[in-house]
Amino acid sequence: MRALEKKLFRDFLRLWAQGLAIALVLACGVSIFLMSFGMFTALTDTRAAYYERNRFADVFATLRRAPKSLAPQIAAIEGVFAIETRVTGSAILDLPGKLQGAVGQFISVPVSGEPHLNVPLLRSGRYPDPQASGEVMVNEPFAQANGYVPGDVIHANLNGSLRPLTITGTALSPEFIYTIGPGDMMPDNEGFGILWMSEPALAAAFDMAGAFNDVGLQLTRGANVDQVLDALDDLLDPYGAQGAHDRAMQQSNAFIDGELKQLQSMAYVLPPVFFGITVFLVNMVIGRIVALERSEIGLLKALGYSDMEISLHYLALAGLIALVGVAAGFAVGTWLSRALAVLYAGFFNFPYLIFSVSADVYIISGALGLGTAMAGAIRSALSAARLPPAVAMSPPAPPNYKHSLFDRFLTLLRLTQPTMMILRNIARWPLRAGLTALGIALAVAVLVASSFFEDALGEMIETSFYKSNRQDAMLILTREVPESAIEEIRRLPGVLQVEGVQFHGAVLKNGHREKRVAIEGRPEMADLARIVGDKGQVVAAPKNGILLSERLAWQLDVGPGDLLEVEFLTGLRETHQIPVAGVITSYIGLAAYMEIGALDALMRRSARLGMANLSLDEAQKDEFHAEVKNLPGLAGTVMLGDTLASFEETIEQNITISTIIYMAVAVLITVGVTYNSARIQLSERARDLASLRILGFTRSEVSYILIGETALLALLAQPLGWLLGAGLATAMVAGFESDLYSIPLVLNRGTFAWSSVVVLIAAAVSALLVRRRLDNLNLIEVMKTRE
Amino acid sequence: MARDITEPEVVFRTEGVTKVYDTGEVKVYALAGVDLELRESELTVLLGASGSGKSTLLNILGGLDHATSGRVWFKQLELTKMNDRALTRFRRDYVGFIFQFYNLVASLSARENVALVTDIAPDPMPAEEALEIVGLGHRMDHFPAEMSGGEQQRVAIARAIAKRPQVLLCDEPTGALDSKTGVQVLEALDRINREFGTTTAVITHAAEIRKMAHRVIRFQDGKIASTEFNETRLHPHEIDW
Ligand SMILES: Nc1ncnc2c1ncn2[C@@H]1O[C@H](COP(=O)(O)OP(=O)(O)OP(=O)(O)O)[C@@H](O)[C@H]1O
Ligand SMILES: [Mg+2]
Repeated sequence: MRALEKKLFRDFLRLWAQGLAIALVLACGVSIFLMSFGMFTALTDTRAAYYERNRFADVFATLRRAPKSLAPQIAAIEGVFAIETRVTGSAILDLPGKLQGAVGQFISVPVSGEPHLNVPLLRSGRYPDPQASGEVMVNEPFAQANGYVPGDVIHANLNGSLRPLTITGTALSPEFIYTIGPGDMMPDNEGFGILWMSEPALAAAFDMAGAFNDVGLQLTRGANVDQVLDALDDLLDPYGAQGAHDRAMQQSNAFIDGELKQLQSMAYVLPPVFFGITVFLVNMVIGRIVALERSEIGLLKALGYSDMEISLHYLALAGLIALVGVAAGFAVGTWLSRALAVLYAGFFNFPYLIFSVSADVYIISGALGLGTAMAGAIRSALSAARLPPAVAMSPPAPPNYKHSLFDRFLTLLRLTQPTMMILRNIARWPLRAGLTALGIALAVAVLVASSFFEDALGEMIETSFYKSNRQDAMLILTREVPESAIEEIRRLPGVLQVEGVQFHGAVLKNGHREKRVAIEGRPEMADLARIVGDKGQVVAAPKNGILLSERLAWQLDVGPGDLLEVEFLTGLRETHQIPVAGVITSYIGLAAYMEIGALDALMRRSARLGMANLSLDEAQKDEFHAEVKNLPGLAGTVMLGDTLASFEETIEQNITISTIIYMAVAVLITVGVTYNSARIQLSERARDLASLRILGFTRSEVSYILIGETALLALLAQPLGWLLGAGLATAMVAGFESDLYSIPLVLNRGTFAWSSVVVLIAAAVSALLVRRRLDNLNLIEVMKTRE
Repeated sequence: MARDITEPEVVFRTEGVTKVYDTGEVKVYALAGVDLELRESELTVLLGASGSGKSTLLNILGGLDHATSGRVWFKQLELTKMNDRALTRFRRDYVGFIFQFYNLVASLSARENVALVTDIAPDPMPAEEALEIVGLGHRMDHFPAEMSGGEQQRVAIARAIAKRPQVLLCDEPTGALDSKTGVQVLEALDRINREFGTTTAVITHAAEIRKMAHRVIRFQDGKIASTEFNETRLHPHEIDW
């Protein structure tokens, strides 16, 4: 090894603490980038491959019932490459040994054998026999969650009678990568299954002989999707269609899109913050080293080392720090990716896990990490190269402390000399002081944003479950039934209260703005499922008008009093002008409410319901479940207690993990910034401080000067951090908001306090580490060395 | 001058060299027209009051600094026509520097400080050999902080000679040393000059040291005030200051 290289490694080892502090900040950036960008690519590629191989449809539509003779007309629409008509329906499943029924989503398999589109991928066993009426293939997660293997038998309540169904095989489908049952908030593989059944058998069970109620289309390359959707709507409208849609509104696909969006924004937002801090820290540290090694640089030049060799020497020092950071980033990033892949495996059902991060992502993130360090070092490296050798050999001019206005102001304050030293130093290096404070503020902001998230989810649960949806169970009916059914339901064991609800698919229009939603009709003063206003107040379902969630009102650009054009996709399929009665808070879906009777009136029919909300006597739950399984015409049940419990459990786990991660991140940033800035101060002022010690100042007086600046900057950083954190939280709320769900902006005083406490403790510990160095300062050494 | 062409070859030659520092308000003439010749294997001592321009001249000769006007030759090479890259090459190949404050790299041992030069020189001697020459064969693995000022300066000399330089330029090599330690350093320089015939220039404030030189140049206000030659040279240990 050449002597200059030895110097490089020794310098690096000597600087290990500072280098490590920087490397860890860089590692955060690299690992988060690696994970989010890597997972983004992996998920995108996996999904694309899966869609391609299993011919995931481009266009979807559901309807009430249309004759199969309509299919050729659909296939003739310009841009349609392939078509598949199906019979689908849902029914309550009676699973052996389980008290509580499960919900089954049935999908027909054509007599010809395999479907053309949305082809299920066989995982075990075989497809159901087209001739057999009692065979089903189930989705693999459902089979696994319940421990089923081909040959097992379950029961389904089809057309009012309990029918045995033999499981012939298990499969996965591109339609159900994310599988969520009606009314559920989380995937529940045990309680919700996809069942593929031969078309004749299913058509018989759902009264669909010679007809279909679901269609999927594959389009030709370059087809105009909107035109196809319009043409399809025109064809299907007479058959009770709910409006055709493309992949963007396909539930499973939309959830993956949401996840991808989050990964993407994570890759774009967080790493740049860390890279920025790294640039600042590297710049500060290498700048200081170049200043310290001025005469050595002059010497190297005198010896005949070229400007290039000298620049490279300092760039290499930054490069070594980057190497450690990138290596740590790779390790942590790989680990994070694995953890995320495991998490994904829990709720995304892919047949193959291409969840390994590809080599190019490693190369890109490594290059980014290295580039970051180079960006931080380049200025100092170039200034080292530019230093004329003759000048470098002579000692630098003493720093230029000028008498400024600020100085005169300080004098007026009659501060002690040490305090003056602190303030003067800040005023002398305002940019550095500012960036140090900004770095600490970012650490605070990260904590505010992560801790806010917990509060926001808490608020979401509070509103959605405790204030709004207070029912114990929801019974989803296969079709709307007369109001008298409420009485029947009330007679079920354990039922205390029943409220009827109905849903109507509708397109809301305001000028050129339109949105397809489900309008929910509820009793005016529902006690179980209540509508909650923006201030937490209970709002009555309007008889003359419609209530919209904030997001929906915003999307349609309407406010209370404005008239909306409501085009119903159900019943008589009429269009009505309905005034907006008010705007309410809702975190799940795009909510629109009306009084249930008012809807019946619009449909010109007697009172009906499509779903019932119930409150139950806890003691009679078992009896209730046993009865419900046999209830005819039931498409599904949702037990809200279970939903809440699984939701809270998932959140609990995720919050704990993310709190730990964000805390580590904030601590790393704080330590990286404060430790380095204090070390640089120590290096710059060692002589001053040693002189003061020789003059008789005590250790603590001297460390006050050193630590004082860092402490002052850390304190000044707090309000800035709160502000940035609030901004970050607002950005997160905006980033997370989608038609599926949104989160409220909840910022408590506790959040700010906790963030500041964590950061200030980390800052104090770093400062104390540097103080220990100051205490051990060898006064004679320091005074002896020439600078 | 009473010297003929059998005299040794001219190594450095300058013609009307000036160096002006323009500090804005005043112009400082560090060098105000210097003409000189230094010859092969000569040991020259440069004397003069502080601020008279000695270091400035030495830096220009060694290719560390540019002259404001005038011309400088090293043998056939005209230094004043060379750019920074070429000057770096020149220093790397031909020049050994020794400074008042030893200028050792603190994080490298004696041997490694010398290796800094042997790593890049075209025809160096082993670092160990250079250290033996200055009498530090037994301290090779010591770091600068573990050595006295005189020892550090001798490491600096070893570093300067390790490349077998054609010229050795020393700016107050004994300036930071007491006279006894200074003598050890001068002895090392003298020995190299005698044994290898290295052309050597030494700046000093200790006028007595002139007695070991072939040629003595006195500086005053950026100009050469006088040049003298010693018929007989003293050994460093015979000098006391
Ligand atoms: N970078 C500079 N800017 C302005 N003036 C300079 C600079 N370097 C040197 N000088 C001036 O040039 C003149 C010659 O300086 P030089 O260092 O050559 O003197 P010297 O003879 O080596 O003195 P000393 O014996 O004190 O080392 C001095 O007046 C000095 O102030
Ligand atoms: Mg000088």
